[in-house]
Amino acid sequence: MSDKYRKVAYYPGCALEGTGHAYNRSTKEVGKALGLELVELQNWNCCGAMEVKNVDPKLQTFLSARNLKIAEDMGFDTVMAPCNGCYHNLKKAEYDLSHDAASRATVEQLSAKSGATAYQAGHVSTIHALDWIRDAIGTEELGKRVKNSLNGLKIANYYGCMYTRPRHIFPEKDQGAGSESTSKPHFMDDLLAAAGAVNVEYPLKTACCGGAHTLSDSDTSTRLVLNLLTTAEACGADVIATECPTCHSGLEMHQMRAEKVFGKKTTVKILYFTQLLGMALGLSARRVGVHENFSDARDLLKARGLG
Amino acid sequence: MPIHEKSLIRKENLIRNEKLALEGVDVSGDWSTFIGTRVITDYNEALEGEIAALPGGEHIHRCWQCGSCTNSCTVNAINPEFNPRYWIYLIRLGLEEELLRDKDIIWQCVSCNKCTYACPRDVVPEGVMKATAHWLELKGHTRPSSSTIFDEEFSGQVFAKGKIEEGRLMRKFFARTGQKLAQPWLVAIIRGLVARMPAGLLTRLGLAALIHPRTRDWGRTRDAINEYVIDQHARQRRALGLAVTPTERHG
Repeated sequence: MSDKYRKVAYYPGCALEGTGHAYNRSTKEVGKALGLELVELQNWNCCGAMEVKNVDPKLQTFLSARNLKIAEDMGFDTVMAPCNGCYHNLKKAEYDLSHDAASRATVEQLSAKSGATAYQAGHVSTIHALDWIRDAIGTEELGKRVKNSLNGLKIANYYGCMYTRPRHIFPEKDQGAGSESTSKPHFMDDLLAAAGAVNVEYPLKTACCGGAHTLSDSDTSTRLVLNLLTTAEACGADVIATECPTCHSGLEMHQMRAEKVFGKKTTVKILYFTQLLGMALGLSARRVGVHENFSDARDLLKARGLG
Repeated sequence: MPIHEKSLIRKENLIRNEKLALEGVDVSGDWSTFIGTRVITDYNEALEGEIAALPGGEHIHRCWQCGSCTNSCTVNAINPEFNPRYWIYLIRLGLEEELLRDKDIIWQCVSCNKCTYACPRDVVPEGVMKATAHWLELKGHTRPSSSTIFDEEFSGQVFAKGKIEEGRLMRKFFARTGQKLAQPWLVAIIRGLVARMPAGLLTRLGLAALIHPRTRDWGRTRDAINEYVIDQHARQRRALGLAVTPTERHG
């Protein structure tokens, strides 16, 4: 445990105020339970997600740069984003602003027209909720704080695409022992193992859920999600742990859609890793928003003495 | 047979003689199947440049056809016709007609970036897929895909307000793509949620749908973004040799 990340700027993003509300709630609750402070960015805007990038990538850089500037102006050198999409975009903006003059020029131009000062690369670093808990508390200390062990709950850890790809926007990853791996990420595995879970060997940790086309090409998304779900079940998982609101709601929605449209029923439950950690830290299932999930995991959790 | 020559063995390109004797030897039927002579004259030499002029397509010239993109591709695994390597090849050679055979599936790239991760030449194939899908729409070869419609609705909200509201986004998207909102799976999800959720949260979500979440003092930023989008749109159309049309403003 260190003072690092004890108090960081917090960027929830749009999804965490909507379908990913349970992730927002459980992240805050876990922070509180661990004595970590989150200060929400004042008057933040959408990171642009995948959609603005498709319209114009530099516009997405501008939107994320504006959020980084807010963090800087509030006196922070670190901003934590639990959503993979937001996290990815802030990282990408930082990378593009340090490497691409045209991106810098666009951000300068748009900032000036908006009446604001442009963000300059190098002032604020972006971390994911996984980095936050891992570096501020550490797995050893986390293990000591567990009040209600996950007690061998079998978990498939699902990281999705945006947390590791493309590699170049995550310079701190793949740096040897102790760093996160882009091909076989393990930070979530480490935290949940410390909380008493048994992580199954899940080969699809960074496979795609089709989140980009979850509504615009639903059949493709359903097929991709069904593959994630059936593989998790074949690996013996009770639960798929998630760390992204788009993946999470995609998995839940298409689990239902696979059942209703394709007649393929799966029973593996889907929970945010912060919900699992929160319950291990002694918080109730309600407190970490389990009832807000689309898929109902309450019976499983009750049977396991959790929540 | 390499992917590049796949078109040569399409049924219509094969010549099969049911009755043929060569130098007294009967070579009828399968023994007499030939690939027809093909002369390509309709190269579109501007094609690679046009794709490169659109966002994401900038690095297409770096490709040396190793196939890592297709090998790692999420969509290729469920539809073998989805082949980024092949499309990059066609674009670089200017084989427009061949590319257009696949015009209705190129937009289906899910942006998982496995190709970008695997590419040894930093082509950013994911970006090339987006640029190609845009090119097809700008040139009028395809109508805006459902993905483009979703991007427009989503980005329109961001440009206008600074934030999005998912319920509104979903309703507008379903309406524009002619889908019923009452999909059986969606109804099942919402029923389950309503049964479990505390009234307070439901009220909050309901309010978010009525009062659009927004970033304060967004006006100047909105105007700056709109102006930028119009400029970029015009720039792209000019690069493709198309007439510049006025674009609708967001907000």
